[in-house]
Parts: sequence; C-alpha cells; structure tokens
Amino acid sequence: MKKPALAVALLLTTALPALAEGQLNLFNWGDYTSPELLEKFKKDTGITVTVTDYDSNDTALAKVSVGGSGFDLVVPSAHFVQIYVEKGLIQKLDLTRLPHHSNIAPEWMDVEWDKGRNYTIPWQWGTTGISVDTSIYKGDPNTSELFLNPPDELKGKINVVPEMNEVVNLAVMWAGGEPCTEDVAVLKKAHDALINARPFWVSMDYGTTEHMANGDWAASVNWSGETFRSRLKNPNVIYGYPKEGYPLWMDSVALLSEAQNVDEAYTFLDFISLPENAALISAFARYPNGITGSEAFMPADMATAPEVNIPAEFKAAGHFMPTCSGKAAEYMAAIWTDLQK
Amino acid sequence: MATKTFSVAKLPGFTTTAILVFIILYLPILTLVAYSFNASQSVAIWGGFSLDWYVKAWNNDAVKDATVRSLLIAVCAAVISTAVATMAALGTTRRKAFKGQTFIYVMINQPLMVPEIVTAVSLLILFGMVKQATGIQGIGYVIFAHSAFCIPFAYLPIRARLEGMDLTLETAAADLYATPWQTFRHVTLPILLPGVIAGAMLAFVISLDDVVITEFTKSGGQDTLPTYMLGQMRRQLTPEINAISSMLLALTVVLLTAFFLLTRKND
Amino acid sequence: MSVAEKAQEAQSVRNGWLLSTPALIILTLFAVGPLMIVVVYSFLAPGQYGNVEWKLSLDGWRGILWTKDIFDDTYGLADANVTIFWRSVKLSILTTLLTFAVGFPTAWFIATRPAKSRALWLFLITIPFWTNLLIRTYAINEVIRNEGLLNTVLIKLGVISEPLRIIYTDTAVFIGMAYVYLPLMVLPLFAAIDRFDMKLLEAGYDLYASRMQVLRRVILPIVKPGIIAGSILVFVPSLGAYVTPRVLGGGKQMMIGNFIDLQFGQGRNWPLGAALSLTLLIIVTGALLIYVKYANRDVSNGH
Repeated sequence: MKKPALAVALLLTTALPALAEGQLNLFNWGDYTSPELLEKFKKDTGITVTVTDYDSNDTALAKVSVGGSGFDLVVPSAHFVQIYVEKGLIQKLDLTRLPHHSNIAPEWMDVEWDKGRNYTIPWQWGTTGISVDTSIYKGDPNTSELFLNPPDELKGKINVVPEMNEVVNLAVMWAGGEPCTEDVAVLKKAHDALINARPFWVSMDYGTTEHMANGDWAASVNWSGETFRSRLKNPNVIYGYPKEGYPLWMDSVALLSEAQNVDEAYTFLDFISLPENAALISAFARYPNGITGSEAFMPADMATAPEVNIPAEFKAAGHFMPTCSGKAAEYMAAIWTDLQK
Repeated sequence: MATKTFSVAKLPGFTTTAILVFIILYLPILTLVAYSFNASQSVAIWGGFSLDWYVKAWNNDAVKDATVRSLLIAVCAAVISTAVATMAALGTTRRKAFKGQTFIYVMINQPLMVPEIVTAVSLLILFGMVKQATGIQGIGYVIFAHSAFCIPFAYLPIRARLEGMDLTLETAAADLYATPWQTFRHVTLPILLPGVIAGAMLAFVISLDDVVITEFTKSGGQDTLPTYMLGQMRRQLTPEINAISSMLLALTVVLLTAFFLLTRKND
Repeated sequence: MSVAEKAQEAQSVRNGWLLSTPALIILTLFAVGPLMIVVVYSFLAPGQYGNVEWKLSLDGWRGILWTKDIFDDTYGLADANVTIFWRSVKLSILTTLLTFAVGFPTAWFIATRPAKSRALWLFLITIPFWTNLLIRTYAINEVIRNEGLLNTVLIKLGVISEPLRIIYTDTAVFIGMAYVYLPLMVLPLFAAIDRFDMKLLEAGYDLYASRMQVLRRVILPIVKPGIIAGSILVFVPSLGAYVTPRVLGGGKQMMIGNFIDLQFGQGRNWPLGAALSLTLLIIVTGALLIYVKYANRDVSNGH
C-alpha cells in the first residue's frame, strides 16, 4: 500500500503551487488584503500571491523574529517599523527598482518612522475608535467612557479588539496621558480602569465587521475601516472618535531580510504604488492608503464617509502612535497580561 | 426470585442518559452540516436551502490550496509514521522482553503524553533556529512534525495485530530455508497488513486533524485546512466554514467506516 | 543456556533496537529533543521585543508564581498567572467529572448491548473521537451562541425571553471541553466494563441489598482502572487545551495553553512562556505517574 501512497505524495508535491514560478508570500493582517488586487496583480505580472493572516503586530513580529518564516513581505504598523529595522528583520529598499516611489503622498513620505520611505511602502492608514450600534445606544459615541466606564445599555455587550498597543493607549489617553507614557500615576489609572471595565466586556476578539453588522455586539473598540464595512451592511452602526484621545496609525509594506522572492516583492511594491491599484486596497478594506491620486479610483462613498474623513472637531484628539521605549513597552505588556486573567 | 432479578442492562436512568448523550454528541454536528446548506449570508439566520457555500468553498483558491497541502502532509506523515511504527512494532514484540524496551515504549508514546501546545512551542523555536542556520525552507518541517506525533497512533494497531499473531507459520517458513526477508515478505507482512493499513489510516486522520502544532510550525503560505479555518473563525463566520467542515467531516467518516469494517472483519 | 542460544538472544535484542531506531530518531528530533530547547529557553532573559537574550536568568521560572508589581518594583504573587492556572485546573476537573457522570452510563449502555449492535454503538462513539477537534468546537459553538440552536429552541418554547449568554464565558469553555473530550472518557470505561462477566453481577446482586450497593461494592471496584484511564485521558488534554478556549472563550477566558501562546506574542516573554510550558508538562507527568501507580497496584491486587 505504500507505493501508491508515495506516488500520490509525489503527485501532490509537484502540484503544489509553492514550488511554482512567480510566487510571493505576503504576511498581512487578516481580512485586510483585497482579492481583486491580487487577481489584477496575477493577471498583469503572472505572480501568484499567497497571503497568510496574522492578528496583531506582536504575533507577526514573533513569527518573523524566530527566523525562517518563509515570508517575503510583512505589513507592520508604523510604531513597529523601527523594531523590524533595529533587529535587521527588514531590508532597505532599492529605490531605483521602484519607479513609482514618488507616488507616495508628501505627508506620508517623510514620516518619522521611515524618513524618505527607504524601508516601507504605504498600505493603509486609519484610526482606532469605537463602533456603536445606535439601535441599542443613542448617546454620544465619541468617548472612551463607552468601554472604560460603560453605560448600562452597553454592559455585557461590548467587545474590545485584542490589540495591546491601541487598547492600552486609548486607556492611557483617557487617563490624561500621552501614548507610551512612563508616568506611573497615569498608567495605574489606565490599568485600574481597564481591569474594572473588563467584566462588562463580552469578549476580546476580532471579526468586528461581521459581529457589529449582525448585531452580536452593541459596541466595540474597533478600527475605522472595519466600522465602515459594518455600516455598509447595517446602517445602525456608527463610528465614534474618543475625544479623550485616539490612536492614528499607518500600516506599511516592508521587505523582509530573509525574503526568497525579492524580484517579485519589488514588482508588488511598485504595483501598489500606482493609484489605481492602491485604490483597490482601499475599496476592499475601506481605509485611505497614502498614494497620491488614488482617490479618483475609489468608490464614491469613500470621499464622504465619516470613518475615513475625520471631522474637524476630533482632528486634534488623534495621536499618531510612536514606538514606545523599552520601559513603556514593559508597562504595557504587564497591564495587558493582567487584563488577560 | 422473580421479584428480585437484576438486569445489568437496566440500571435506573442509564439508558436514558446514554441515549441523551448520543443525541447531544450528534446534534451539534448535524446542526453544523445543516447550516452549510443555508442560503443566507449569516450563520445565524436560516435563509433556505442552497449549495452556494459549497460552490464558494470549491472555488476559493485559499481553501483549495490548504486542502491540497493538508492531504499532502497527511499522506506523507501517514507513510513515514506507519513505516517506522511497523518496524518498531516488529522490534518490540514477539521476542523476549529486553532491557530498554520500556524506554522504547515511553519514547513512542511520548506524543500522547506531552500537551500539544508544549510540543508546538518547542518546535516553533527549533525550526526557527534550523531555518535560520541552514536557509532550508519547505513543507518538510511540518511533515516531520506530523510524522512524529502520528507514530503512536500507527504503532498501537500494528502492535496489537502482531501480539495476536501465530509464530508457527514463520518458524515453518524458516524451516523451509526461506530467508528472513522472504519470510517477512511472504508470511509476516500479509498477516500484518490489516494492522498496517489500520495504523496508516489512524495516522492519516490524526495528521489531517491537527491544528495546534501546524499553527506554530507553518511558514509563509503553508496554511492547512484546519489552520485556515481557525484564522477564518476569528474573523468572518460565514456558512462557508460549515461547508468546508462538512466536507472534511465526510472524508473522516468515510475513512473511519473503512477502518471499522477492516478491523471488524479480522476479529 | 547454550552459547548458541545466548548468541541468538543477543541477536534478537540487537534486532529489536535496530528495528526501533528509525522511529526513535524521528521522535528524538521532532518530539523529545525540542523539549530540551524549551528547557534552555526557560533559563534565558527575555528579548525586548520577544525572542530571548542569551544570558542566564531565573526570571522565567520566578515569573510563574511571582511577578514584579507593574508600578513599584516589589515582588508579589503573579495574580494573572495564578488566576489562569486555577481556571485551567478548575475547568479540567469539572470537565473530567461531567464526562464521567454522563460517560459512565453511556459506556455501561454500550457494554450491555447485544454483541451485534454493540459494535455499532461503539462506532458511533468513535466517530466524534476522530473528527477534527476544531470542527467539533465550532459545532458546539453553533448550539450555544446567542442565536444558536439552544437559544432559538428555548425562546420558541417560551422558556426564556432573552437569549442565554453562554458563549465567551467559562461555562462555554467548560461545555465545549466536555463535549469534545467525552469520547475519551467513554472508550476506556467501556473497555473496563466490557472485560468482566455480567453474570458475576447478577450473583452479587443476591448478596447485597440494593442496586446502589451493587454499584458501589461490585461495579465500581472492577471498572476502577477504566475510570482512572478515562479521567487521565480527559484531564490531560483539558489542561493543555488551546483551540477550545480560543474559539469559545472569545479571547477573554484564557487557559494555560492560550497564556503560553500569549507569552510568545504580545506578552513578549519567551522565557516565561517556556517555563509555563514546562510547568504544564510537569503537572501532566505527575498526573500520569499517579495513573501508572494506581494501574500497577490494581494489576498486582488482581492476582
């Protein structure tokens, strides 16, 4: 019985796409990569992109830093880019191989975490706020109170996305501190608020788009684009910008040092620097992307969506997430661990 | 005595409990299968009968990819683990107990005793080191990880078969000047074969089912069907997951029925 | 013993080892050996963003029970770790008890069927056992979630008006584990019950007064090895469960398995993760040793 089995195994091995030419391994957040983009990329270049999901910056970093992850491209948030650089996990881009590099919007070109964009190409940017189902809660959605000190209507019906950095920083800003603070009094206040609020949360989970659209949750700490997608399915869902302060972030694509398909990776990076392609990314995940001119190719509702266009009154409350110091990161991990019990 | 007979089959409440257990055991699985035929977008609301989700799953490249990979891994792991388990079973039965035999037993059964998460974490670290040091990539790592934890499952039925085996045939063959290999090939193996096939099937099913170890050892683009499903479950619950589950379920049931018939015939 | 016989025996032992070698190599490389790396990692210092720094540190082991207070540098009991360990142990014990409570009658039922239908009942118990754990967890999720089968039926019947909130609680994880591990309890119980002569029972019944006494004095002692085996088979995987709490716990009701996973991600403390893994392994090994001890005693008592 072994011979036929071996034959089958060999047959399957040769049939495996992993061994095929023109292959690219993208390590990206779940439910974040436009299938249309990958289809178009394959049609134009013949390269098949295999996407593997991760659900947090830390998970991605852990997987990549063990070594031999097998990925070519990864999509870290801004505050993780320098960590990847320091640990030598991503390589400097050869800009001569990226003829459309200059398409990166000026405000996203000279960013603090990657001056001149020598390491990363923008993927999407957005905010972390709160989605609220207005059929259940009719009050002001623009406050972190909703998950830190929830009103009765929301008790037991709130989800919090398990993204350490954003959740802890939301609480820190609510407590009157700056993101990545080392101020113990502020951290303690944030810690206690999170611990006390936790019993009122139904879960700490992903899948926010579906759950909010289905009405499983009445509110959730959530990302802007996810909320947008829920609202398209369920008009009762609105997005709140916590006035105490909320995280602004950008995820960018970086080329891993151990990438095996470097040529294909450059082709992909340049491909997504074209406005019509970047627009596909946004049309799927519903976040703006940082490529000049891509707006023209996006669905019309992107131009007016309140999740994408931050209302003037809340602009000041948005804080771009910096890379935390070692000490601040330690505090954050400790608070987070305590929150898991 | 007529008033005081003890019927072993009728302990009070036992039958009721047992029947309830069987219902509870199957009800969730049947619900899952039923919802795979749901026309509605959501897993929550029934929207009429439809095969759409099967079509969708069938046309989903990621699912196809993961399925092929799952089968490849399971076939390779089953072949490898059954081959070495057969040898080990021959080595540890039908001879006088020897020093170190217990050690071999413990080693073979080790995967049954160590929590999966512990093995998963240790392999994550080990494979990372090896991949970094050698630069060798590929699905081989996952295949060998699977082969290791499949060994006890392949070993047990083979050993059981060997222990019930009559030695006289082999002795007779040896008396007729058959070489040890000829004896094995023409006498031992045919009798052993049902055990070997049973072992291989168990190994195949076990490999096909694995989530934890694969989740921790997979590299880029190496999702298997279970790890793909685990990822999806955290995000988008659509009846597509039910459709994929139902197909995998059907495969398991077919294999197990074959296994059941095979072992029953030999009793 | 003649020289030839001795040589033959030595040859036989050599062959025994030789034939076992390939299996031993694979197991050493991919199951036992890697555990040594975990041991090494548990004695290293955590890297700032995960992974380890190659310097000796006992913080990983100390971190299991004691933790530096987040805000001052005093050491105290690691509250989170203890809570999670306790939840794991508690839920695993409850799971073992519940599976025994319903598994015993089931095993009894199967063992007392006529030979022909017995195989079929046994087969029905085995199918879920071999079915993908993830799928079974997902299946129970279909039943207990807010709009799931259970709530729909209860609301339709007018028993409740609001859906019971089970999903994402300890109860959900408990129900889920009992559901997925039940076959592991039934099978060894069945094996133990099946082994002994039912006629003995009927004879025994004449000597004792009530069913309860028969159950306690005759049946239980005989099926004890099965009870121990079943309990171990359920307790061990429950304690190390990863998939079931992850899917049914909603990211909130963690068990040790998930907590270990967390250390390799957002916790950024690989040495602690390694030490926690080994602690889990030690608890499990302890449980197994107890099992072996009892199993052996029963055998020696039996003769």
